[in-house]
Amino acid sequence: MRELAASTISDHVAEMCEEANIYLGQDVFGALKDALETEESPTGKEVLKQLIENVEIARDEQIPICQDTGFAVFFVEWGQDVHLTGGTLEEAINAGVRRGYDEGYLRKSIVKDPLFERKNTGDNTPAVIYTDIVAGDKVKIHFAPKGGGSENMSAVKMLKPSDGEEGFVDFVVNQVKTAGPNPCPPIVVGVGIGGTFDKVAVLAKKALFRPVGQSHPDSRFAELEKKIKEKINDLGVGPQGFGGRNFALAVHIEDYPSHIASMAAAVNLNCHACRHLEREI
Amino acid sequence: MEPKKIQAPLSDEDVMDLKAGDNVLINGVIYTARDAAHKKLVELMDKGEDLPIDLKGQFIFYVGPTPAKPGQAIGSAGPTTSGRMDAYTPRMLEKGMKACIGKGLRSQAVKDALVKHKGVYLAAVGGAGALLSKKIKKSEVVAYPELGAEAIHRLEVEDFPATVINDAYGNDLYEEGAKQYAR
Ligand code: SF4
Repeated sequence: MRELAASTISDHVAEMCEEANIYLGQDVFGALKDALETEESPTGKEVLKQLIENVEIARDEQIPICQDTGFAVFFVEWGQDVHLTGGTLEEAINAGVRRGYDEGYLRKSIVKDPLFERKNTGDNTPAVIYTDIVAGDKVKIHFAPKGGGSENMSAVKMLKPSDGEEGFVDFVVNQVKTAGPNPCPPIVVGVGIGGTFDKVAVLAKKALFRPVGQSHPDSRFAELEKKIKEKINDLGVGPQGFGGRNFALAVHIEDYPSHIASMAAAVNLNCHACRHLEREI
Repeated sequence: MEPKKIQAPLSDEDVMDLKAGDNVLINGVIYTARDAAHKKLVELMDKGEDLPIDLKGQFIFYVGPTPAKPGQAIGSAGPTTSGRMDAYTPRMLEKGMKACIGKGLRSQAVKDALVKHKGVYLAAVGGAGALLSKKIKKSEVVAYPELGAEAIHRLEVEDFPATVINDAYGNDLYEEGAKQYAR
């Protein structure tokens, strides 16, 4: 049994919070540059240039890419041969978030209760944490700070199996169309299909952690990702919704087996500030 | 097309010169307000009391920046979703506000009020918080310090880039732009 101190987890998490908010991953940065190449609208090009410059300023000045430094979302793959000492995983992650958001001058965007007083917790905790127990003695932490603007334009729908591929594609495209300029396009579209009501939403979230440009391993889904992306870009909404050919940078689908009576689907949107990081400990 | 330089505050004539799709560079003093500050301002209007700032001709920027690092005028400062301010915007226009800056769709009521009171809605590039922070030279709280990042701030801006979405003629770049590039 490998022993791992909770404080080690906290240290990594604190660093990841700062790093993810300041440095945009090469995958998304590359996709923005590709979009600039293909964009036809002059205003759309201007937006993409500003976004590329923005990423460079954030990196050079060590300041957040976007002021919405998000809800801290974690997917943890925990090797079952690892024993955590000195605290619980939840405490360790939240301690890391608290420190990272404070020391990194990141915005604290979490309120304690969603309905009544909506008082800010002051340290961006608690995080949203999903854990999978896996084989081995390693711990893999995936982190994404999730902005509110794009999260608010997301949806779950319990489709009927008879809705088929067409119904599924229509649901995704219509949801993105309704979102329009709100989620700060160009966007990354996370899509879940299958599973239960709750599972499908998590799949859509997980889809946003996949490196932009990497397609689904099953060629049927990979084809569908391409097809949906084309349909979305054909809406003409473009960068920031000002009109243009680059509304979406990527569409990522994650699937799971389904109940015979169901075909759950979910869309989780992310903006161009599609920040995600992973570390293995 | 080269962006137009404009100076805050705006007169009616300035507003009528702006058309949906225009790229502008804003100079001068603008104010910030998000949901909580709007709510407080409209409550004062309901009671017929004076507002802490005179809205006449002013720009309101919907923003909640990150904390400034030592030596910075302001932290990352991109626009927030404007739709959350829809309920309050017609009242702000009645009181003389001429321009608001945010991102995303506005309600029909807001678009109508822009025409009626001669105002414009502009979008700054959502998520370009680092870049926009460089265009803000000074920031100070002028009202509701208890709201923290949501307090009303007075900002001095230089060549702050934005695009006109809804003009005082009823045009909407979000609709027209998408139509032009749809296939
Ligand atoms: S949607 Fe993304 S880019 Fe836009 S404000 Fe929110 S976090 Fe920033």
